[in-house]
Amino acid sequence: MSPVARDTAAAGLPWRPCATRAMLEARAAMFARIRAFFAAAGVLEVETPLLSRAAVTDPALTSLAVRPGTGVAGGYLHTSPEFAMKRLLAAGSGPIYQICKVFRDDERGRWHHPEFSLLEWYRPGWDYQRLIDEVAALVRAALDRPTLAVERVSYRALFRDGLGIDPWETSVAQLRDCARRVGIGGVEGLDLDRDGWLDLLLSHRLESGLGRGRLSFVHDYPPSQAALARVRPGTPPVAERFELYVEGVELANGFQELTDAAEQRARFDADLDWRRANGQAEVPADAHFLAALEAGLPESAGVALGLDRLLMIATGASDIDAVLAFPVERA
Amino acid sequence: MLDGDPYTIVENEFVKPGKGQAFNRVRVRNLKTGRVVEKTFKSGESVEAADVHDTEMQYLYNDGIEWNFMDPDTFEQLIASEQAVGEAAKWIKEQDLCKVTLWNGVPLSIEPPNFVVLEITDTDPGLKGDTSGGGGKPATLETGAVVRVPLFVQTGELIKVDTRNGEYVSRAKEA
Repeated sequence: MSPVARDTAAAGLPWRPCATRAMLEARAAMFARIRAFFAAAGVLEVETPLLSRAAVTDPALTSLAVRPGTGVAGGYLHTSPEFAMKRLLAAGSGPIYQICKVFRDDERGRWHHPEFSLLEWYRPGWDYQRLIDEVAALVRAALDRPTLAVERVSYRALFRDGLGIDPWETSVAQLRDCARRVGIGGVEGLDLDRDGWLDLLLSHRLESGLGRGRLSFVHDYPPSQAALARVRPGTPPVAERFELYVEGVELANGFQELTDAAEQRARFDADLDWRRANGQAEVPADAHFLAALEAGLPESAGVALGLDRLLMIATGASDIDAVLAFPVERA
Repeated sequence: MLDGDPYTIVENEFVKPGKGQAFNRVRVRNLKTGRVVEKTFKSGESVEAADVHDTEMQYLYNDGIEWNFMDPDTFEQLIASEQAVGEAAKWIKEQDLCKVTLWNGVPLSIEPPNFVVLEITDTDPGLKGDTSGGGGKPATLETGAVVRVPLFVQTGELIKVDTRNGEYVSRAKEA
């Protein structure tokens, strides 16, 4: 026995998978239904690199950096295939989808795992409301629940009906008071900006009621939470963004895609300024993606959906570890 | 440490919107009061660690208000409050080795041994001829605790008790 093998045996390492054989089968069957759905819809399956020289600038996401070896590789593991897939769209790919692993550092919990499976797809020529209908159809097919009800609620109505506040009008001090009033513990010790307070209220008091026995689409977000969505001018302006919740769990995020290169560049710069000011890692923004936007991205709607969470909902699993062969602690 | 009190983490849930602020929703128990509360922190925020550790100490005596314990290795003596002793008061006798949780060197809580042997000071003599012990009866022990014992066990006898659930285990010959 080699020294390594001896150590392994002695330590009684948990080498066995977390997912049961039945769970592996459920995953395979769900992926097959998804691929059949897109084949029937005429959407092309694509692959793009997991390893990129550029990284996401969004301060809410932490990319894993890969140290270069002696070769040409090195860079960052992607947090979603968004930039590369939009380059395909700009090159005239037509509707495309991808199932891939994505990586987000610092995310671990019952519903989070730093490496997870994402389904992302794009519909050139569609608007985001039409894409919401297709997301509903896809999830019904993936869950094999063709009659699952669908509900749409605007971000504004969600806060107004659930908490009696208007997220566009309420001040930071009022948001803090609201958090205290609804009994969120430790509010006095929290130092958050406006979006931070909205995230707190949403995740602690509103999410759990969404998607109970149905698919709940929350849409039209504050412009400060646009991410890569287009902002529709108006009074007030809204970001054309949506999220899908099922059984209280955030499952998908979609956009009417921002196609304006100058606006995209400004958002990257704002993200990088925020990162510098808050001591976060400074990362190289994706110049290839910006070049593609300058060349012209067709008006598109796009969405990313977490497949491990979808599988949890399909099987009733209460911990993401149950749907993974090997969670990160034993990977 | 939160607001000057030591806490232990009961549950820690990671909460993060895909495009938003990450939080940890934590359920913590106040080690002084035992009360469990929920607190939310921004992920990655640090909190002062409480200097809390467990040690084995021998219970010496109770002067009516304070409970005296001794470290069997260093012979150092410490005083525990009635609040810190809590439920353990029902079970411990002089010389018993207890688990003492110390916070900044002061006893915060006392855990009795899992099993203790105590004398029955009072119990109903029971029905003549019944030796099965089917129904059981209450018995007061020398420490004041009341446990259910089989009918055949009598006043003056020693019994072994599981302090974790307060149940009779067996009769015992000696402590």
